[in-house]
Amino acid sequence: MDSRRTPRSVIDPKVRQVGFFAPPDRTNSGQPDPISSSSSSPSPPAANISPSGNSLSPVMIPPPRHSSDSRPVPFVPHPASPLRRESIPAGSSYNPSDFYPPATSPTAASPSSFACRMPVGGYGEFSEDVVALSPGRAFRGSSVRASASSSFPGGGFDLTALKASSVPASELTTVSVFNLPPGIAEKAGGAFVEMQNDRHVSSKAAKEKTTKAERRALQEAQRAAKAAAKAEGNKIPGTGSSAVTSVNVKPAKGVKAALQKNDSVSVAASEKKVADRPVEKDRKKDVPQPRMQYDDRSRVEKAKRRAVVYQTEARNRVELFRHLPQYEHGTQLPDLESKFFQLDPVHPAVYKVGLQYLSGNISGGNARCIAMLRAFQEAIKDYSTPPEKNLGRDLTAKLSSYVSFLIECRPLSISMGNAIRFLKGRIAKLPLTLSESEAKALLQSDISRFISEKIILADKVIVKHAVTKIRDGDVLLTYGSSSAVEMILLHAHELGKQFRVVIVDSRPKLEGQLLLRRLVGKGLNCTYAHINAVSYIMHEVSRVFLGASSVLCNGTVYSRVGTACVAMVAHAFRVPVLVCCEAYKFHERVQLDSICANELGDPDAISKVPGREDINSLKHLASSEKLQLLNLIYDATPSDYISMIITDYGMVPPTSVPVIVREYRREHLWI
Amino acid sequence: MWRRSASFILEKREQGNAAADSSSKPESLSLSPPQSSSMADAFQNPNSSNPKISAYYQTRAAHHGVVTSDWLAQAQAAVGRHSDDQAPSEPDVPAAASSEPGKPFSVIDEFNNWRKQPDLAEAVAAIRALATVIRSSEATTMMELEIELKKASDSLKSWDTTSISLTAGCDLFLRYVTRTSALEYEDFNSAKSRLIERAEKFGEISYKARRIIAMLSQDFIFDGCTILVHGFSRVVLEVLKTAAQTKKLFRVFCTEGRPDRTGLRLSNELAKLDVPVKLLIDSAVAYTMDEVDMVFVGADGVVESGGIINMMGTYQIALVAHSMNKPVYVAAESYKFARLYPLDQKDMAPALRPIDFGVPIPSKVEVERSARDYTPPHYLTLLFTDLGVLTPSVVSDELIQLYL
Repeated sequence: MDSRRTPRSVIDPKVRQVGFFAPPDRTNSGQPDPISSSSSSPSPPAANISPSGNSLSPVMIPPPRHSSDSRPVPFVPHPASPLRRESIPAGSSYNPSDFYPPATSPTAASPSSFACRMPVGGYGEFSEDVVALSPGRAFRGSSVRASASSSFPGGGFDLTALKASSVPASELTTVSVFNLPPGIAEKAGGAFVEMQNDRHVSSKAAKEKTTKAERRALQEAQRAAKAAAKAEGNKIPGTGSSAVTSVNVKPAKGVKAALQKNDSVSVAASEKKVADRPVEKDRKKDVPQPRMQYDDRSRVEKAKRRAVVYQTEARNRVELFRHLPQYEHGTQLPDLESKFFQLDPVHPAVYKVGLQYLSGNISGGNARCIAMLRAFQEAIKDYSTPPEKNLGRDLTAKLSSYVSFLIECRPLSISMGNAIRFLKGRIAKLPLTLSESEAKALLQSDISRFISEKIILADKVIVKHAVTKIRDGDVLLTYGSSSAVEMILLHAHELGKQFRVVIVDSRPKLEGQLLLRRLVGKGLNCTYAHINAVSYIMHEVSRVFLGASSVLCNGTVYSRVGTACVAMVAHAFRVPVLVCCEAYKFHERVQLDSICANELGDPDAISKVPGREDINSLKHLASSEKLQLLNLIYDATPSDYISMIITDYGMVPPTSVPVIVREYRREHLWI
Repeated sequence: MWRRSASFILEKREQGNAAADSSSKPESLSLSPPQSSSMADAFQNPNSSNPKISAYYQTRAAHHGVVTSDWLAQAQAAVGRHSDDQAPSEPDVPAAASSEPGKPFSVIDEFNNWRKQPDLAEAVAAIRALATVIRSSEATTMMELEIELKKASDSLKSWDTTSISLTAGCDLFLRYVTRTSALEYEDFNSAKSRLIERAEKFGEISYKARRIIAMLSQDFIFDGCTILVHGFSRVVLEVLKTAAQTKKLFRVFCTEGRPDRTGLRLSNELAKLDVPVKLLIDSAVAYTMDEVDMVFVGADGVVESGGIINMMGTYQIALVAHSMNKPVYVAAESYKFARLYPLDQKDMAPALRPIDFGVPIPSKVEVERSARDYTPPHYLTLLFTDLGVLTPSVVSDELIQLYL
């Protein structure tokens, strides 16, 4: 309790000003806030905050309920504010009863989806090439939220609501609508809420009266609103927000009032994006490694908060990896699928790809990147510049929103980040004289060229190089399933080289089995082993071929978890380790460990063995708060263990990666 | 007699009784160090200190010029600078070039012609020969000329497929000479003359590389040091010669270099320079390693990883030196940089040679006849090249810049 109060009291005064004072004041007061000013530009916080003043509180990040058990909003797992902590349990306890029934119908699902997309829209700008930043945004938002909530002691609600109607539109106002239920849930639900946060309780006092039935009514309204919004075209944000604020005041407002909120959410989100954009760019220039930066801050924040993190949330996350977006599998899929046919800011092609990422149908760096680029190609094809907008800017904003959607589905890989950066660079460099159709055609051909040159042809070159390193009688070891390595092995086999393949695999994905199947199907001699046996099998191996998700500037290979282990064992046995990686996956970041940037997989995947009841000993432990499950997706292999990196620029030592990165960037300029 | 510490020698020198070792040494030994170094500078200045700097920068500028394709300005500047020191340092070029007329032109003949010069490295000979190809070409278009050049270099490469420096030199020459984007803007004759210019410049750079390396490496040879040398390398000899001429006090351990006895040859050369030499059998390297201050080797080829391919035995010497924390220096001209990347010892085209054991070997007994081995970059400390003193990892960077 005390531990929570101190941070709040620090943040409080600033944000209270932000909420209630005139715009100039807001921006000014927004800046001093160390978190918001550093993690993003001063103006976006102002934009966020002003509405938060009128809405009540825990608004910025939409109901964590989604994240807690249904949605994979990447940043939600970071307990950024005490409020969130409370709202999450509320969500989890109430979701089954309150939200799931509506969620089954597509319309009801929409509010949640919008709520979740909203912050993402905000952090889409970050995400284009730096996945890591996303939590930073979340962080800021939540801090704002925390302070905003604390600024409404007692029955501040009505007052703020009134005020809100005069405040210009912003996504936050709208989102606050969605936030109501969790707030209420919180109130009704947890005794611990009161115990933990008396002040917050008082702020919610106004709402307290709303019963479950009322909440249901609100939901109905939202659902109706969603349905109506589908029919409605673009709405002016101002009207949308006013309508929504009125909803704020009276949750069970009519359909009419609520119906614009969809629009307003999306519009506001994009607005905010546009507003953020230039500043973001500046910030990006200033801060070369936003991910790292965030990481640092998150640790600070985490330390502040560690004592009070709610268990259900912490359950799956290992201490050291709290800064990573938690990726939860499963339940969100039907949700998303049901939204497929709705009018949506996300292009269907992108949507499809996102769902495929989510379901794991598309995996592997190249496949994901190609799928994404093709989807963008589709989207660009169907794109038309809205009136009074600039194609470059609007398209970039649109792409950012797509990207943030994709990030929701699964964090971007570095290769995808590079591809997005390429695409955005192309958009930015479009000559102004081009007509829209020309520009679109140009962009589409650029994307095709990127795919064919940087991925497909690059793979061919890699295969050509790598095959020279395979001699008759070799025993080649590979880990997991890498498309490049597979091509190399098949090509070497076609060339008639006599060699044997050892495929090392690991739980839970067992991707190696698919590779094994394909290779055996082509008539290769294969041995299959799990990674536990790698030290046993290594002595007979003469070459290790590994794929990579990315190669970083210090030569570190960022790849499927387990790769480092294989590389180290190989090094210990003095077996050369060859990493096959297209140059477009190189990244100028330097990473020393696998902790600060990584992806977390579904923890259930490692705790459960499907179909094997006899060894599912963790079945009943899954909910134990003493148990932390860590399912890392990637790891970083230090360059010492790598003998050679095979890229489309030839075979280079890991020390030469920076040179390639340099040349490659220059080439980008040339394109 | 000799000990490891330099102070011992200085001490000895002060006593002035150092004459016991070699009869011809006392004058130099009695010189005090500052004097000797200033003497050395004065001695070196006339023949190569100025060209050394300019050639070094030229090389770098030229290499980068190739990559960045704004070679025109640089090439012209370089040529302008170049023309003064080209004439004195290379009297033999016109002579050799003029010896080619008459019979139908053949690169190989030309190459062999150049190779007759004892001091000229194979690759430099090849580069010179290729330059002559351009000069004597009757091609009328750039493409034709390029194809002709390609053919010539291919035939040169096939002349000795195992020579890494030959292959690398030819490749580099082609890169250096023909990758000039400005060629498109000119008419053929001026383009051709530009090519010739570049070709000659490249030949010149390669020719001078050895001097540059010798100059660069002087800083690393200190008084009283013991240098272990393996194999006969003209670059290393040049380095040691320069050190001896600058009155550095050092001694050299020469490995025997079985089976070609290359070490014997080097020790002969060094003895002529009055450098104290000790011959070791190849297997005595580890035994003597604790006396050694640095290992100096040449290279047949420098590969992309930054490792070197060199005479058999280099690897084990490097291993021993590494395990005893002795620096291993490699002296190699940049035309030996090859786009090869051996992963291990067997991962390269073997250069076989006959080995005479002195006694008949039963036919059932297999003999390892490979002439060279691969030393991974891990075991090398520095590479002295005409591009500068490089760490092994820079080799790849230079190669990437040259070839991409």
